[in-house]
Amino acid sequence: MNARRIGAVAGLGVLLALPFVTPAYFLHLLIQILLWGFIYTAWSTMGRFGLVSLGHGAFMGVGAYVPALLWNYFDVTPWLGIPLGIVLSALLGLIIGYPCFRLKVVGHYFALVTLALGQVVLLSIVAARDITGGSLGMTPRSIGHSWYALQFPDKGYFYAIALIVWLGGLLVWRWIDRGIGREALEAISDDEEAAAAVGIDVTREKLRVTIISAALTALGGALFGQYLMYLNPETVSGIGVSLQIVFAAIAGGMYAMLGPTVGALLTIALTEGLRVWFGASFVGAANAIYGILLILFVVFMPRGILGWFETARRPRAGPAPAE
Amino acid sequence: MDMFLLEAAINGLLLAGVLALLTLGLNLIFGVIDVVWIAYADLVMCGMYAVYWLFAVFGWPLPVAFAVSVLGVAALGMMVHVLIIAPILSSAPINQLLATGGLLYFLQSFATLLFTTDFRNIGVRLPIIEIGGIYISYSRLLAFGVALVGATALYLFLKRTYIGTAIRAIAQDREIIGLMGVDQRRIYLVTSAIGGALAGLGACLLALQYDVHPFIGNTFGPLIFMICVLGGLGNMIGGFIAAFIISQIIAIGGYYFSTELSYVLAFMLFIVLMFIRPQGIVGR
Amino acid sequence: MRAWRKFISAGGLKPIMLSLIDVSAGYSSLRALFGVSLEVAAGETVGVIGPNGAGKTTLMRVISGLVGAFAGAITLDGRSIVGVPAHRIVEHGIAHVPENRRLFPRLTVEDNLRIGAFIPAARHHFAEQLAWVYQLFPQLRERRRQPAGTLSGGEQQMCAIGRALMSRPRLLLMDEPSAGLAPLVVQQVFDLIRRIRAEGLTVLIVEQNVQQVLDVVDRAYLLEVGSIRLAGTSAELKNNEFIRKAYMGL
Repeated sequence: MNARRIGAVAGLGVLLALPFVTPAYFLHLLIQILLWGFIYTAWSTMGRFGLVSLGHGAFMGVGAYVPALLWNYFDVTPWLGIPLGIVLSALLGLIIGYPCFRLKVVGHYFALVTLALGQVVLLSIVAARDITGGSLGMTPRSIGHSWYALQFPDKGYFYAIALIVWLGGLLVWRWIDRGIGREALEAISDDEEAAAAVGIDVTREKLRVTIISAALTALGGALFGQYLMYLNPETVSGIGVSLQIVFAAIAGGMYAMLGPTVGALLTIALTEGLRVWFGASFVGAANAIYGILLILFVVFMPRGILGWFETARRPRAGPAPAE
Repeated sequence: MDMFLLEAAINGLLLAGVLALLTLGLNLIFGVIDVVWIAYADLVMCGMYAVYWLFAVFGWPLPVAFAVSVLGVAALGMMVHVLIIAPILSSAPINQLLATGGLLYFLQSFATLLFTTDFRNIGVRLPIIEIGGIYISYSRLLAFGVALVGATALYLFLKRTYIGTAIRAIAQDREIIGLMGVDQRRIYLVTSAIGGALAGLGACLLALQYDVHPFIGNTFGPLIFMICVLGGLGNMIGGFIAAFIISQIIAIGGYYFSTELSYVLAFMLFIVLMFIRPQGIVGR
Repeated sequence: MRAWRKFISAGGLKPIMLSLIDVSAGYSSLRALFGVSLEVAAGETVGVIGPNGAGKTTLMRVISGLVGAFAGAITLDGRSIVGVPAHRIVEHGIAHVPENRRLFPRLTVEDNLRIGAFIPAARHHFAEQLAWVYQLFPQLRERRRQPAGTLSGGEQQMCAIGRALMSRPRLLLMDEPSAGLAPLVVQQVFDLIRRIRAEGLTVLIVEQNVQQVLDVVDRAYLLEVGSIRLAGTSAELKNNEFIRKAYMGL
């Protein structure tokens, strides 16, 4: 335990020191890793319990567009806009989740309902093109460095925000992991009827993680919007993004706290590395290789990279827990 | 009856043809092999590119380009089964999702590499026909006709031939099919080929009407899945019917509102229907 | 048709058709058979009796190729069939009527029979084979367009047997044909087995209903906990003290 604590503190120290020693380009990468890591972790709070959502882009989209629209049209500060986006996103999670869980829509069907939800949000954004700019996207009105508008040309500030939010996400993860909610949810994912028979309020537990997941994802989406200063319905709510979240979280290992972040680290490193190596003329090489790696992962490392490390480190641990 | 509404309804009917064809392919594979090829729409994309390449770039005659593309995607379907699906048949469904998802990324990126993200059109302009004041696009009519023929051919194959019967049987009891002398692996391979061929056929028909770009799969992929589930995953007839229902909703919704909004309606209807009857309108 | 039936009843000196020597088999977590040896001569009807969980179904599956044997020899007409996959075993003339019927519920009766004739050798004689099966089981002809899942238990058993017969087998394996059936229907099923036997087919039956099966077979084996405990003619076993007490309640 002690070695772990020291390691964690050291890691934190390094992370805090980084913005002062790294060039803007790497900082940009780090911010992406932290924000995506945060979003992937948010997804995993549901995914690890068997609630596989293929439509998290819906929450990202709502979380990103609400503050941006309020800012552009009504000068509402993101400090209000983002919480509103989070609340709306959580509400969306509730509206979808409640009927699903009450009516026992699970597994494939739940995944497909979330898929449809993602499409609903995506297409609604595109349909409202007069307001949102449709497929061409929209740009939050830039006023330079401003705490009020949560806009900072200097990446250092965003790095700090991303770091805090990412750590917050890990804390939420740990809170769920340590709380009684976790055991309840694992029981539910194992055998729902048995869990209900024991007195676990299945619907309530599932709703809780769903709302948390939706809210956090919305926050991630909002911050991306503020950071990149550009929103596009495909990149926040497209099926590509929703799938990307699922795959990176699982590839990194969604049962471990740092797993999703590892997923973010690897996918971004891969993309950047290939981009640097091949240059812009090989756009698409990154994802092509990513796709192949994903297939290989599934065949050789079904529990994700971090999961693989864990089993490798403890060869005599008991039988592996059920998937 | 409003002429334009009728026109929209008819065009919707014709669009349904191609969607129904693709839904049949997906249902066949799911019903028989019990895997969801999330990259199915991207196989269609590959077929569309094949048509473009052979016809618009190499200058082959269109029917030949069509035939070769259909065969090509059928072969691609078999490869996907052998290389990706067969090794993970007994894995958890989520792993299967990941693997076919990896395929999705691979295909989309590979296409981007080869063709860039430009929209490409095979440049075939088929006429618009007028029947009693209603304008119907000939390519849509053709697509509908071919789709019907394809669906009928598939139906006859499944009902009347030994392999077709074996395919239907294996979906109902995988384990003992060997006792009748049926090689399970061979049936899976044939099924994958047929699924691929249907995707290829759909690709040819879509190429007549739409531009192709690497991410076109994302536009109709979710729609096809939704139709499959509405009809009952694995239920071929259900999917067929659902394709027509959904296409009508989209066509008529598109007439009254905008196209995107009609899709939004369709997806929202899907969500609601999942709550009312998750096993689909017709059910398994 | 006639050629096939003549071929089967060419019995005569009754050469050994199926032979198991010291066969051990099971599933990844559970061993079910330990050194089982038995043989079936051409034209014979042989039974395997024993309690639940004795390994009877595993025995059938090992012979038909659904399950692999860990050790031991299995020969058909002197040729080893160990390791031959199930779909090839059918081509050697062994047909297996599985436990619980295992019909394809949403296929019609006729389609179930059709799939029984999948192998090329059977396909060519489909029409006549079908006619013969319908003659044996007139109820099936009546219901031939009905989904097999809607048939009664007895009719389903007929259909399952018919399906196996469609592949023109020489050896018929039957796994608990009386399971789940009402006594009257059980009687009909065993009468049917007598008829099939009379046609000259070699039959190996695995059964829990000791009384009925001993009345139909020539010889029988007692399988308990994966090993053969007793063997003999049906008369010998019917008179055996242990079997009378333990399995016939006498």
